[in-house]
Amino acid sequence: MKAKRIVVVGNGMVGHYYVDNLAKQNAGHEITVIGAEPRPAYDRVHLSEVFSGKNPEDLALTTREYYRQIGVSAHFGDAVAKIDRANKQVVTDLGRCFSYDKLVLATGSYPFVPPVPGSDQPGCLTYRTIDDLGAIRAHAKDGKVGVVVGGGLLGLECANALKNLGLETHVVEFAPGLMGVQLDGGGSGMLREMIEELGVKVHTSKSTQKIVAGQDRKLRMEFADGSALETDMIVFSAGIRPYDQLAKAADITIGERGGIVIDYHCRTSDSDIFAIGECALFGGRIYGLVAPGYRMADAALSQLTDTPIPFQGADMSTKLKLLGIDVGSIGDSHGKTLHDGQPPASFLYSNDRERVYKKIVVSADGKKLLGAVLVGDCSDYDTLLQLFLNDMELPANPEAIILPADKGASPLLAGMSLPMTATICSCLNVTKGAIVQAIEGGCCSVADVKAVTKASTGCGGCAALLKSTVNEELAARGAEINNNVCEHFAYSRQELFHLIKVGSLKTFDDVLHKHGNGRGCDVCKPTVGSILASLFNDYVLKKEHASLQDTNDTFLANMQKDGTYSIVPRIPGGEITAEKLIVIGEVARKYNLYTKITGGQRIDLFGARVNQLPDIWGELVAAGFETGHAYGKALRTVKSCVGSTWCRYGVQDSVSMAILIENRYKGVRSPHKLKSAVSGCTRECAEAQSKDFGVIATENGWNLYVCGNGGMKPRHADLFATDLDDATLIKYIDRFLMFYIRTADRLQRTSVWMNNLEGGLDYLREVIIDDKLGIADELEAQMALLLDTYQCEWKTTIEDPEKLKRFRQFVNSMEEDPHVVFVQERGQPRPARDSERKTVTTA
Amino acid sequence: MGNAVHKQMNAEPIAMFSKDDLLENSGVCVLIQGVQVAVFYLPAETPSVYALNNWDPLGKANVLYRGIVGDINGELVVASPLYKQHFSLLTGRCLEEDNVQVPVYQARLDGDTVIVTLQPSL
Repeated sequence: MKAKRIVVVGNGMVGHYYVDNLAKQNAGHEITVIGAEPRPAYDRVHLSEVFSGKNPEDLALTTREYYRQIGVSAHFGDAVAKIDRANKQVVTDLGRCFSYDKLVLATGSYPFVPPVPGSDQPGCLTYRTIDDLGAIRAHAKDGKVGVVVGGGLLGLECANALKNLGLETHVVEFAPGLMGVQLDGGGSGMLREMIEELGVKVHTSKSTQKIVAGQDRKLRMEFADGSALETDMIVFSAGIRPYDQLAKAADITIGERGGIVIDYHCRTSDSDIFAIGECALFGGRIYGLVAPGYRMADAALSQLTDTPIPFQGADMSTKLKLLGIDVGSIGDSHGKTLHDGQPPASFLYSNDRERVYKKIVVSADGKKLLGAVLVGDCSDYDTLLQLFLNDMELPANPEAIILPADKGASPLLAGMSLPMTATICSCLNVTKGAIVQAIEGGCCSVADVKAVTKASTGCGGCAALLKSTVNEELAARGAEINNNVCEHFAYSRQELFHLIKVGSLKTFDDVLHKHGNGRGCDVCKPTVGSILASLFNDYVLKKEHASLQDTNDTFLANMQKDGTYSIVPRIPGGEITAEKLIVIGEVARKYNLYTKITGGQRIDLFGARVNQLPDIWGELVAAGFETGHAYGKALRTVKSCVGSTWCRYGVQDSVSMAILIENRYKGVRSPHKLKSAVSGCTRECAEAQSKDFGVIATENGWNLYVCGNGGMKPRHADLFATDLDDATLIKYIDRFLMFYIRTADRLQRTSVWMNNLEGGLDYLREVIIDDKLGIADELEAQMALLLDTYQCEWKTTIEDPEKLKRFRQFVNSMEEDPHVVFVQERGQPRPARDSERKTVTTA
Repeated sequence: MGNAVHKQMNAEPIAMFSKDDLLENSGVCVLIQGVQVAVFYLPAETPSVYALNNWDPLGKANVLYRGIVGDINGELVVASPLYKQHFSLLTGRCLEEDNVQVPVYQARLDGDTVIVTLQPSL
């Protein structure tokens, strides 16, 4: 196709997407983009994160420099004032003219401010741009209370922003419920309860009559029902309106209620002018989400190629985190559409205790999914979306899809094959067909498929689905799913553990010669090192083991991004004397370390150079500290509340128990890190249910919980046994930990491990409590051996000059790494950013 | 002889140090005229010493000498301790990222002395 002059008006997310992909066509077009905002495109979806620590720059989707590199002429801070269709040119506020062959309007939308008297006074704001954030922040400074008008998706995002600014936050909604478009009554109600628990006050069915000066606060909102609310700031986020004035003034067809009317090819009534994103009206509808905007851009882009594709509407299903709460909505969430003339049926799972609400809407014959609402738990979203988008047939008992796994649900999509057109990775738009093609082209692992198709290289949310799809396809082709540790060992970790134990192999070389091939690598060496430690508990830096350890284990500290290390001394149970606190403070001051309190009730000291580690530990050990194993796949910390010693409610001495547990299991190497906590009463202040094993005091003893975790995929621990005495509690934990160490896969946390045990929690009880396998004595004996052979690795290390040689930066010089540079922030050192370095050292 | 070596050390980009300073199946770092060089000692291999620039171009820190050594499909590699990409000990090539390579230098054992120069080894 002939090269054209293409002018894009608007540099929001969709405008940028269009420009970026147009440049990538490499068709020689002359591309100009004009943005009214002073800065290039940024991620509007995550705007509120600016108030939770992100810099506005972190939201940037592009830069002026990038546009220069791809040959786009970009102009910011100057809005287009007029489209001159006759001469095919646009004129800006500053009087600049740009001629076009094709014009693309990506002008976006603006927040709707209801025409309420008084809504134009200072303190009445909107929430749409980075500049809006500046205004909100300025008003928050001398205010205490903030109101968001609008309880939809954007309104709640904005409420999050106000809350993060430390304001008492209110949400005022005209409709009877929150997120009325996406959620049904039940889901909306659950969401409201959860939001209110976070301290945000919600007012529904409120129609604002006028805004006047307040008595206690700056503004006073008066509602139709006679009530009133005083506030320092009001942010309107009650929906969007398309920016269509430019098109309207140029006599381009506009919808009755606004929006530039477009056809299947995103053309406006002038066939040389396209409109995409939130300014466009397609089929009588404005698509207020970014993904449909991108699909419009794709359609408009394809008009410049030989293979035009139409825009045919887009799915408005959405999954997001609002104020930290998972919310998902798919298809017809209200159950209003008829299917073959029949009203739909719905299934509901609602759990007030765990704060989970799930509803599915299915066709009357139960075969097709029509919609879904998820609040509090979106783990089923991907599965449901696939079922919905691909019009797949549901199982005979559709309710099983939303029931929790331990309450009768069947594993989903297993054996229920997705069609080839199903999108597995929506970021990179990779279908199952493309994955199958990659496998037929020779890919034999998830990693291979990722490399070829780029699937799961965007947000990564589809990783599990990608893995199951690949494995299913490989299995269907007769390939064996391989859980080998790596290319050097054709065994799983569990098999390797068994082989090492039975053969009583004491070194990596022995294991490699007997059961492996090649020389080993960074996967199998630490794995075998960990197994050897779990079985024989040698000093980890013993000559034959030292080279097996990851850098953190080798240097007994945690490597940070600049190559320095952080240090975590053990503080059992989080209990520490004033004397020891002073020592930590003095060491930090002497070595200029950044100090931060960890989530596990310890103190982390950052910024130690490798050659400083022995000196620092020399001082810590002399003061009675031991290593905290923060670097190891080992027990980290046992958190505790103060318990019955101090607390009015405590029923047991949780601190003593936490110290006992931490000192008992410290240093024990395991397949993954292990965390624990002890709470002194049912109020659970130590958060024991988020730990690999947690203990909660009862009037009669202790309840033991297992297989919980925080982190990326948090999971509540399961109640394992109740009202245990001290000895039984310890006995069960001994057995539990050793059984896990023995049978888990590499880097498999206790929760995943249990899910993979056939029989799950019940089976675990049979093994640990009933000793069904007859191995309880063996497990306890193995644990006893580990406890007897404990040593503080740092104490051993600083006593051995030979071992200290490893902690030199250079073997031939006393100089230090010049790339390690610190700057001060809030009175402490932190690594310099590249822009702050005076001298840049590279290869 | 000792004199000659001393002169050479001042003039040429070279480091000479005792074999005792090496760590078996691990790395150490030497400084040669401001350039950080990671030196790996693999006693079972021929040759047994390998030298790479210590700068991890992906992790952007001077850390390669602290990585685990081993082999991937028979190629001797060190894994970056930061993000675990593998760099060939022979060519410096990164196995995971095309077009990423770290400089490789000449290194050898002469009796109990390790000699590393900034000459490219290829």
